[in-house]
Amino acid sequence: MGKDIREDIAWAQINTDVLKSLESPRRLFWVIIGVAIAMIGVAVGCEIYQYQNGMGVANMDNPHVWGLYIATFIFWIGMSHSGTLLSAILHLMHADWRKPIYRFAEAMTTFSLMTAGLFVAVHLGRVWQIYYAIPYPNERWVWPNFQSPLLWDAMAIFTYLSSSVLFLYVGMIPDLAIVRDNIHPGWRKKLYTLLSLGWEGTDRQWRNFRITYLTVACFLIPLAVSVHSIVASDFAMSQQPGWHITSFPPYFVAGALYSGCAAIITLFIILRYVFKFEEYMTLSILKKTTRLTFAIAMVWTYLNLIEYATVWYGHDQVAKDLLIQKAIGPYAPFWWSMNFCGSIVPFLMAFKRFQTSIPVMFAVSLLLNLGMWLERWMIVAPTFSHGYYPWTWDHDQWPSFVQWGIVFGSFGWFTLLFMVFCKVFPSVSMYEVKEMVYHRTLALKKDGLATKGAH
Amino acid sequence: MSQRHLLALFNDFDEAEAAIAELRVANIKGFNIDDLILKSPIEHPEVERVLGDKPVYVQWFTLIGASLGGLLAFTGISSSQANFYAQLKGGKPIVPLPPNFVLTYEMFILGGVYITILGFLICAGLPARRSPLYSAKVSEDQIGILVRGDENAVAALKAIFSKHKALEIQEEVGK
Repeated sequence: MGKDIREDIAWAQINTDVLKSLESPRRLFWVIIGVAIAMIGVAVGCEIYQYQNGMGVANMDNPHVWGLYIATFIFWIGMSHSGTLLSAILHLMHADWRKPIYRFAEAMTTFSLMTAGLFVAVHLGRVWQIYYAIPYPNERWVWPNFQSPLLWDAMAIFTYLSSSVLFLYVGMIPDLAIVRDNIHPGWRKKLYTLLSLGWEGTDRQWRNFRITYLTVACFLIPLAVSVHSIVASDFAMSQQPGWHITSFPPYFVAGALYSGCAAIITLFIILRYVFKFEEYMTLSILKKTTRLTFAIAMVWTYLNLIEYATVWYGHDQVAKDLLIQKAIGPYAPFWWSMNFCGSIVPFLMAFKRFQTSIPVMFAVSLLLNLGMWLERWMIVAPTFSHGYYPWTWDHDQWPSFVQWGIVFGSFGWFTLLFMVFCKVFPSVSMYEVKEMVYHRTLALKKDGLATKGAH
Repeated sequence: MSQRHLLALFNDFDEAEAAIAELRVANIKGFNIDDLILKSPIEHPEVERVLGDKPVYVQWFTLIGASLGGLLAFTGISSSQANFYAQLKGGKPIVPLPPNFVLTYEMFILGGVYITILGFLICAGLPARRSPLYSAKVSEDQIGILVRGDENAVAALKAIFSKHKALEIQEEVGK
């Protein structure tokens, strides 16, 4: 297997290669942008239709008050955890291989949180009354319930989103200075000059940068865990069958890391091709990401089985019936698909020859994410059609095209934001790749194997 | 006496490190080693160490930000619950501690992150104006040493830079 990165890449070459990605991506980039805009068009159309006709057109009714919107909201929140994993956790663990790929993972965090936030507004239906959720003295005396996990959710997601944006931005300042110094004059030069804050790489700047980055990374890890634990609490703190489960918070966190890692593999492969990053997003790094994903897949599988066991042996007959319904009822194809995609498909990643196979890993990562999206849907929907009240049992519901359209469009929205980011900002961290090359060269120098001198 | 700025560019860290070490012991009249600024394309603690122990104060901002964030959250939420809360409590506590701790925890982190970033900007001197001499090569692959000294120290400084294989020495009259 090759190296994570070649130690003989000249630092100037790293700048050139990454800066090129801001100028001339492959044609596929524009195809992706076009498809993403078309997908957003579908979602906007559905949202307008829903806005004008009410939530009934989404096929929301009683008892099915939460549908694909909330399931997809959880999916996007979960997706955001991979950025924290790669940039914060692996940073603290000094995993050097994360350096070429953590920037886009962080961007993924930010944009998936933004996408998730949209679903809250879409789900509300009456989006023009969203300000009632804000705690201020209004004429109706409506106040948010501070005891509700839904409010904690809002607070946690706001904290996570704003902290992630700052983390992404601060980590990018040295690279923005590089772009500022090298790009031709125009609006982009002005943008980078403004955003780079006059960074010159002085010892004082680096010293403070190092501590700041580490400190924010330390904050982000418990924050990420709390965000998805709180999302899990939306369910676990209710009395509904299938939701009132103690293991939900770790189960949700593992699921979040899992789907995030799978998405990293997908985007890794896309970016590698579109922006010609073959030198930096190497197969060795793909292999490590795949192994990490496999490990997390096994944790998720374990927690998934724990959840079934908890329900099965929990002596809550309705919860047990719900589990049986999931396996043999109207949702059975999706429930079995979820288990297949989430627990069986990842075993392909255990085979060495597949770990670096781009087509196989691309397909596997898509299947894993399908499994993780189905997982969220299987958490949310079946509970409503088999609750404690028998009258709910014959109220099967299938989401309308409006729900499907908006969910479909959310992928376009995320893709558009993400791809535009990668075109405007360096999606590979230049200074950290240089550090990686530098440390590798130093190590080789120590062993007397380096052909070229380290900086 | 008028002050001059010199920027010497080096190809590798070892040479830059050696130049700084020599500047430190050279005792050049009209030059203060504390005025030396090292510019590098990557974070390099080993070379920074040659500059001597320079404290970082960002952690203090973190402590203050996190503490204030948590404190503000708890007092803000609790006092609003106690004074304005319009929902019927049904015998439950007016100020419920466990849920308030969750929000306090979030605000603790939020305050910590925001003020840490603010501290970073203050401590790193950002946003900054361009220093008197700047080379885009520093953001590429070269290490820069920016010094300020009296006119009569320039020759000695240049000699040290040249001795340690400086690729280029830029000079500008300072204020």
